[in-house]
Amino acid sequence: MHEMGVAMQIIEIATASIPEDMKGARVERINLKVGKLSAIVPDSLGFCFEIAAKETQLEGAELVIEEIPVTARCKDCDNEWTIDSPVFSCSRCQSGSIELLSGRELDIDSIEVKED
Amino acid sequence: MLTTGYQTIKNYHHHENHKSHHTHDRKTAAGGPEIESRGTRKIKVVRRVLDANDIMARKNRDFFKDQNVFVLNMMSSPGSGKTTTLEKTLAHIMPDIKSAVVVGDICTTNDADRLSKTGVPVVQINTDEFGGDCHLAAHVIEKSLQGLDFENIDLLIVENIGNLVCPAEFDIGEDARVVVLSVTEGEDKPAKYPLMFRVCDAVLLNKTDLLPYLDYDREAAIKYIQQVHPGMPVFEISARTEDGFEEWLDWLKESITAKLGR
Repeated sequence: MHEMGVAMQIIEIATASIPEDMKGARVERINLKVGKLSAIVPDSLGFCFEIAAKETQLEGAELVIEEIPVTARCKDCDNEWTIDSPVFSCSRCQSGSIELLSGRELDIDSIEVKED
Repeated sequence: MLTTGYQTIKNYHHHENHKSHHTHDRKTAAGGPEIESRGTRKIKVVRRVLDANDIMARKNRDFFKDQNVFVLNMMSSPGSGKTTTLEKTLAHIMPDIKSAVVVGDICTTNDADRLSKTGVPVVQINTDEFGGDCHLAAHVIEKSLQGLDFENIDLLIVENIGNLVCPAEFDIGEDARVVVLSVTEGEDKPAKYPLMFRVCDAVLLNKTDLLPYLDYDREAAIKYIQQVHPGMPVFEISARTEDGFEEWLDWLKESITAKLGR
């Protein structure tokens, strides 16, 4: 629901990540990692990004979203597993004392800038 | 191809540092064969998109620690009875626990008007000034703190925007989070909005006075909560009749004491 704000943050971070010697170059691709537990709808984000990127160095850039599964580790039996339904107890010993290893990402992994 | 392209960039960079050769170098870079080889440079970024919010949240948390204030972030879907729960809660804990409220809504000051009647300082945030945001971000909280006298505040309650999705994603520097869930909503809300129920420390299951009139399966609701967040305390309350308030208020007071030591 806050995809527009997120799109604007992406543009800010991506623009700041363009190296000094490439200022003004066109960004062709932004590689994102989005955890399945994050409150982001990839389609909406893509739509908002397209609008927000207009008339910036990122206009027309492709937003590549890698969805990251929710994985956890049990603090009691050390079991590591992927959570694919909203049940957050250990798949082996049923303990509720768990630590999430992934699934909350909303990260810019890399950008690809056109060289000329 | 990528290497050639990179060298073009290096040349360009180089002439930037040697201004006397600028024209010549530039010509080489722009007019030389390198320009023909088009490539893409991949730049590793590895940054959280919400970095700016996390940094501001940490700043808020340090501020609250300095001021010795306990901050509670209250979240829920619209219409769960958050404001009524808050009014009744304040009536019980004041004046022993000196409180203040920051209340977020997209529009209107209705909630602030209601809460002001309890006698506590209230700051209303309308996020339409910030683009109609669906959550309170850490920088919005920071701005709202300016008018509050923290010398006389032990507990700051933030009544977040009614929404079970977005507020869960935004740390505001709080010490504890509670989610109000009412029995007029579906039993499976926790399973539908797992992040909210993961990040919270307690659930207030509200409007229990309506249970005789509903087909609500409260055991199923509690089962869903425990599946998403095993061991999380669930306080079954009615903000209207104040049923079940004792356990909730004890939990709140204990949480405050644990931080403030009083």
